[in-house]
Amino acid sequence: MSTLNTAVAQEMDKSDEAELPAGESRPAETVIEEGATVGAPYADDPKFKLRDVEVFYGEDRAIKNISLDIARNEVIAFIGPSGCGKSTFLRCLNRMNDSIDICRVKGSLQLDDQDLYDPKRDVVELRARVGMVFQKPNPFPKSIYDNVAYGPRIHGLANRKSDLDDIVESSLRKAGLWEEVKDRLDATATGMSGGQQQRLCIARAIAVSPEVVLMDEPCSALDPIATAKVEELIAELSESYTIVIVTHSMQQAARVSHRTAYFHLGHLVEVNDTNKVFTSPEHELTESYITGRFG
Amino acid sequence: MTDQLSQAELVRKSLKRRYRKERRFRAYGIAAIAIALSALVVLFADIVGKGATGFMKTTLDLQVELDGEMMYLDDATDERQLKMADFVEPLVQALLKEIPSATESDRDAVADLINPYASVTLRDALKENPEWLNTTRSMSFLAHTDVDVYVKHAGDDAYSIKLSQQQQRWVDQLVEKGIVETSFNDTFFKNGDSRDPSKAGILGAIIGSLLTMIVTLALSFPIGVAAAIYLEEFAPQNKLTDFIEVNINNLAAVPSIIFGLLGLAVFINLFGMPRSVPVVGGLVLTLMTLPTIIISSRAAIKSVPPSIREAAEGIGASKMQVVLHHVLPLAMPGMLTGSIIGMAQALGETAPLLLIGMVAFIVDVPEGFFDSATVLPVQVFLWAGSPELAFIERASAAIMVLLAFLIGMNALAIWLRKRLERRW
Repeated sequence: MSTLNTAVAQEMDKSDEAELPAGESRPAETVIEEGATVGAPYADDPKFKLRDVEVFYGEDRAIKNISLDIARNEVIAFIGPSGCGKSTFLRCLNRMNDSIDICRVKGSLQLDDQDLYDPKRDVVELRARVGMVFQKPNPFPKSIYDNVAYGPRIHGLANRKSDLDDIVESSLRKAGLWEEVKDRLDATATGMSGGQQQRLCIARAIAVSPEVVLMDEPCSALDPIATAKVEELIAELSESYTIVIVTHSMQQAARVSHRTAYFHLGHLVEVNDTNKVFTSPEHELTESYITGRFG
Repeated sequence: MTDQLSQAELVRKSLKRRYRKERRFRAYGIAAIAIALSALVVLFADIVGKGATGFMKTTLDLQVELDGEMMYLDDATDERQLKMADFVEPLVQALLKEIPSATESDRDAVADLINPYASVTLRDALKENPEWLNTTRSMSFLAHTDVDVYVKHAGDDAYSIKLSQQQQRWVDQLVEKGIVETSFNDTFFKNGDSRDPSKAGILGAIIGSLLTMIVTLALSFPIGVAAAIYLEEFAPQNKLTDFIEVNINNLAAVPSIIFGLLGLAVFINLFGMPRSVPVVGGLVLTLMTLPTIIISSRAAIKSVPPSIREAAEGIGASKMQVVLHHVLPLAMPGMLTGSIIGMAQALGETAPLLLIGMVAFIVDVPEGFFDSATVLPVQVFLWAGSPELAFIERASAAIMVLLAFLIGMNALAIWLRKRLERRW
């Protein structure tokens, strides 16, 4: 277990360090009041209702008292400088942090008015409802077909081979990959290009028909063309799914999301309609971030 | 400009130094490999040089007159008569006929050229073919070990020739006539151990090793892999698991003879299991191999990239599904390699088996897990320690057989790894 944890932690560290340009320092401490989020963090009849969320890595308090609603069928983007806790917060939403021993989550997190961290809650069922796409494309070293069919198989969603075939086809179609791979479904997935792999991972995530798809910097390892394809895909998916996307690209946030949440050092500084955040941010930290003064 | 030039100069100078260093380092590496290789070559040359003749046997091709009167035998189907009959005399007479210079008074000296077991061979042949009685048959018998040594190693100072000058002359004549011949030693692969080198074989040891290995593999692989999976995937990270981990690593370094003592105390004295049997040998070797398998399996599980686990967990695979569907298939090549290397170690192990009695002199080829048996390395140990010089070549031959097994197992490990390895 320990290696997995440190590996994950290291991966996070690495991406954090890499994206802070050399010679640039974080701005002088602006005092942020805990839990005082500017803008419109709440929504009516939310999909996720998150209140006073705190996350600890051992003694380290990574998320400080965040309250946020995520509405149904919206695309919400989490932005913020590296190490601000947006990935950690995202991973709370399907309890991916569970596998990290030293990680503790406090506060109230509800999906459709049911507590996420209820000890009686089945995390397998939760993850079938809240799918996830990771930063690096991580297809299984199996065939393309088996990658997509894996989720439906373990959840028993298809009784017959033809049903499974249908699910695989429709998922690949939704992910915009069907035309490219329909003739080589038996080929191994790891032989595809990075962009194709990431779209395969999205197809794999939506094959179990989740209600929410979490995306943790899904385009950071992709070239602009593949990125454009994935963004198009997000726009299409937003019709039927709730999507939470963490991104370092503000243009991407502006292009794909309805609402944008700005994180800073574990605080949720500002949440507003994407247009508003990028044209007239209310908080000075948000403004300096989106105008590129740091980050 | 001048500054830049001088800098280029400096770089060039340092480059020279760096390349020199690199060349020196490479030379050290090549020297190290050369030393290791030459040691290996010397070892193999010595073993093959000494042991090659162990794969040859010396036989006497004789026209045996199966005279019933001479043998005190008038019915070859009668068990009692077969027991009492004299099977040495026809052999001696046949040999005397081939040595014109020998007279009846040289009878004992001539008889000493024939292997003591040749008469048994003759009796068995007659028992199977009673109609051969009172006919003359062309048959092949093992020569006496002393003849075997003389034929193979006549000029070699390392071997003492026990034949008298007269006997040596006879053997030389017989070799010329084509009566004494050396051929491939099938006895070596068909027999168990024997006090007589020319009759001793390694079939018993091979079967003993095989049975022991089956027990070891059947126990150590599942237990080792299960322990590794539990420790790596399910065990909570606390003082107790740390303690267990440290102790597993310690166990891997415990001298193997200690495991033999443990086996003697627990399996034989406490549980009352029989001595010298493959089951107990397998159990002891299981204890010895387990740490190796656990450590290598854990390393294999650790090397599965976390992204694969995350991917599976993200779709909603349960812990067990993550392990069974993703971690195990990816870790399997590493686990198998580790296990086969552990098994190869166990195959070559002698010390712990000495303590549980697998060092006994056992002539019969074992037929089951509870038959007394010995194993290949112990057989080598027994023969190498034997005062009879003819056993030295048998020991070397047995080492070659053992090495062939080890090379085969390592080749299997490589093949399995190549076969099962999946890339991502």
